[in-house]
Amino acid sequence: MNNQQQQHKKTMDRVQKGLDRRYRQERHFKWLGLGAIMLGLVFVSFLFITIISNGYTAFQQTYVKLDVFYDPEMIAPIGETDPELLSRANYGGLIKASMRQMFPDVTNRREKKVLYGLISSGATYEIRDAVMNNPELIGTKQEVWVVADDDFDMLIKGHIDLRLPESDRRIKDNQLAWIHDLQEQDRVEKRFNTTFFTAGDSREPELSGIKGAAYGSFFTLLICLTLAFPVGVAAAVYLEEFAPKNRWTDIIEVNINNLAAVPSIVFGLLGLAVFINFFGLPRSVPLVGGLVLALMTLPTIIIASRAALKSVPPSIREAALGVGASPMQTITHHVVPLALPGMLTGTIIGMAQALGETAPLLMIGMVAFIVDVPGSVMDPSAVLPVQIYLWADSPERAFVERTSAAIMILLAFLISMNLLAVWLRKKFERRW
Amino acid sequence: MHTSTLIILLLGLMSLAYYFGRKRSLTLVGGKVRDLHSLPSYYGMQTAMWCGIPALILLAFWLSFEESVVTGMVVESLPQEVQNLPPERLDLVLNDVRNLSQGDIVSSTVDQTMQQAADHYTSLMSISHMALFVVALSVAILAGLWAQRTITREQRARNRVEKAINFFLLSSSTLAIFTTVGIVLSVLFESVRFFQQIPVTEFLFGLEWSPQTAIRPDQVGSSGVFGSVPLFAGTMLITLIAMIVAVPIGLMSAIYMAEYASKHFRTLAKPVLEVLAGIPTVVYGFFAALTVAPFFRDLGTDIGLTVSSESALAAGVVMGIMIIPFVSSLSDDVINAVPQAMRDGSYGLGATRSETIRNVIIPAALPGIVGGVLLAVSRAIGETMIVVMAAGLSANLTANPLEAVTTVTVQIVTLLVGDQEFDSAKTLAAFALALVLFVITLALNMIALHIVRKYREQYE
Repeated sequence: MNNQQQQHKKTMDRVQKGLDRRYRQERHFKWLGLGAIMLGLVFVSFLFITIISNGYTAFQQTYVKLDVFYDPEMIAPIGETDPELLSRANYGGLIKASMRQMFPDVTNRREKKVLYGLISSGATYEIRDAVMNNPELIGTKQEVWVVADDDFDMLIKGHIDLRLPESDRRIKDNQLAWIHDLQEQDRVEKRFNTTFFTAGDSREPELSGIKGAAYGSFFTLLICLTLAFPVGVAAAVYLEEFAPKNRWTDIIEVNINNLAAVPSIVFGLLGLAVFINFFGLPRSVPLVGGLVLALMTLPTIIIASRAALKSVPPSIREAALGVGASPMQTITHHVVPLALPGMLTGTIIGMAQALGETAPLLMIGMVAFIVDVPGSVMDPSAVLPVQIYLWADSPERAFVERTSAAIMILLAFLISMNLLAVWLRKKFERRW
Repeated sequence: MHTSTLIILLLGLMSLAYYFGRKRSLTLVGGKVRDLHSLPSYYGMQTAMWCGIPALILLAFWLSFEESVVTGMVVESLPQEVQNLPPERLDLVLNDVRNLSQGDIVSSTVDQTMQQAADHYTSLMSISHMALFVVALSVAILAGLWAQRTITREQRARNRVEKAINFFLLSSSTLAIFTTVGIVLSVLFESVRFFQQIPVTEFLFGLEWSPQTAIRPDQVGSSGVFGSVPLFAGTMLITLIAMIVAVPIGLMSAIYMAEYASKHFRTLAKPVLEVLAGIPTVVYGFFAALTVAPFFRDLGTDIGLTVSSESALAAGVVMGIMIIPFVSSLSDDVINAVPQAMRDGSYGLGATRSETIRNVIIPAALPGIVGGVLLAVSRAIGETMIVVMAAGLSANLTANPLEAVTTVTVQIVTLLVGDQEFDSAKTLAAFALALVLFVITLALNMIALHIVRKYREQYE
């Protein structure tokens, strides 16, 4: 009896011990899962924090106040105000003169050159435009705010490490002293960077903007949408509603699933071989980019549209057929309108993918350096992600913040597109 | 005259044709729609289609042949010695002519014959455009008028319109096939040309990759070696690192989401995690090159290791982060597909949750998870921007993740971006690489889809 009790106690002990171990394992396993999710969330937040902390400063730009004397000698020597002549006058000289006046003790030729380098080369055009718009400025002395050079800008924003030895920095000690003087005189100011939104690409960071790339993206997506949406919906309707079940439609189905998983760069090669080398379309244009992206997004749209068509209950089809509609009328009057929100959601998600796609566009030559803002689908242009790629490759420190800022804009577009898709789904979601 | 103007005009004509076709069908029966075979709008649509489609087809053909016909005529007008130039020189001359006609400045001085040719080209082009304009519009008007004339009350307009729409639907669905055929053909043709210069065995089994070929035949020491093994080894190394990051994190978070998380937590965390899938890869590339690679390099210096600034590790880890949501959402699906009865049975025997997951759910979901991981692998192999921005350029046959390696997609991009001629082995090599890439990812996808589909059927 006693023996039996002891035996029982031993077993209970063992079970208890085992239970402790098992519960511990259970807790560990749960923590592991939670840890994995937390790690994922940490990655997301780390990514966003990096991008935003690098990029938010790009929305501001340093300006310098100069006292520019619109010297008639230099602009219009004989009192001429012909626009042709005015546009070719030496405005850089005006800026240099005003800089010389501010720092009269800089006489060394090389030092002078460094001094002039504090002002962006774009300032010349600002002054020219001011004179062209208002020739009465000639002969007067005005306070003008001009764009500072990118190194100057980086210093003001605190991106240049002053603890480094002088030879390792882009800003030298004499430049520091001048900038300090300018700051003392309240001649330095940070303003909202409108150039970033109104200019195309440029070799000078302070003059570069995303407008060209944004327009290029818009035209590319426009082509992509006008081709991929009707064709995708038509293909889905055919496969879901009309296609007989046979080998041929099987092949089409397998094909669509495979195309959805083909690496995007292969589509770029297709575009290069077919549209550019075979049909002879020009490189770098949104038309070709849109065609390639349309072929790429087609599977996404077809798959989403088929799912949407599938969710329309058969009773609706039967009712329509029952009152004498032809199969085509049933589809166009009843089934497609009911499935449209689902199709649109799929299309928006496909478009969002296309907006962020870069690799296939590199293949069709969209990496060219293009300054002009494109005006049509046949003008050479960049697109936002390719612009990001190009800027990320540039050595200037100032391009890091531009890249991050462009990424912020791109992500803002993507997130709003996805939110639109979610909203559409919520609004039109129907349970039959 | 712009092509877009012509298209807009044609669209306008089509709506006019719709209006007149509809009107004619109604006047034929004196407004009694019941006497018509089809609804009036179908007669309108039929007329509009006759008006628009032939003209648009003509437009497409005209535009695709215009350039070559006009160029041919310009060549005939050129002096005999220019005509006898070798084809590539002739192409250059023609290019100059085209640029000149558009008012672009050519680098060489403009001589008399060139200017004449350019003028000739411009005038021919404008004649062709005018002719196209006139012909397309008259085709549209005539076909529309004819269609409108021939409307009768017994005409089966609806059936005809529906047949046309059906044809459009069918041809849309075959576009996917054409895309695949296009990919295969465009990659295959160039690859065949590549393999005529470089033997297949050297490409597939060669251990050295250095695609620099001589520009002039007399140049020294740059014959180009095209052994693709280092590229595939590099791709595999980066993919492996990515999988080591993505599979445990993705799988564990899927398990937590499916089995432990409260509904509230799930609705909050899941979309945030899925943001990772929506971020463009160029952003990941920037992140890898700007933040992760320097971080690993500094970390390596601190503990006394030399880490290349374009290490396979940085590219692989960032690629792994990108892939987490694929693994997690695919595993989430298959875990949710495991029937509740199996869980309940396991709980009934006294198993804890984690034991149930490890001993029941994971084995049951394993084929689906494997399929998902294979899909993720094929995505990692084909991923371009991250490796282009964060991995190296020099082919390096190594298994050390701290060194720089290069991948297949990086090489395709570097071989094809920039100036290129399409008959050197260097550019053709990109197509051969793409062919292998296409075949590998296709095979992986087929296997993965097969596994996923086969597994799903078990519970349905």
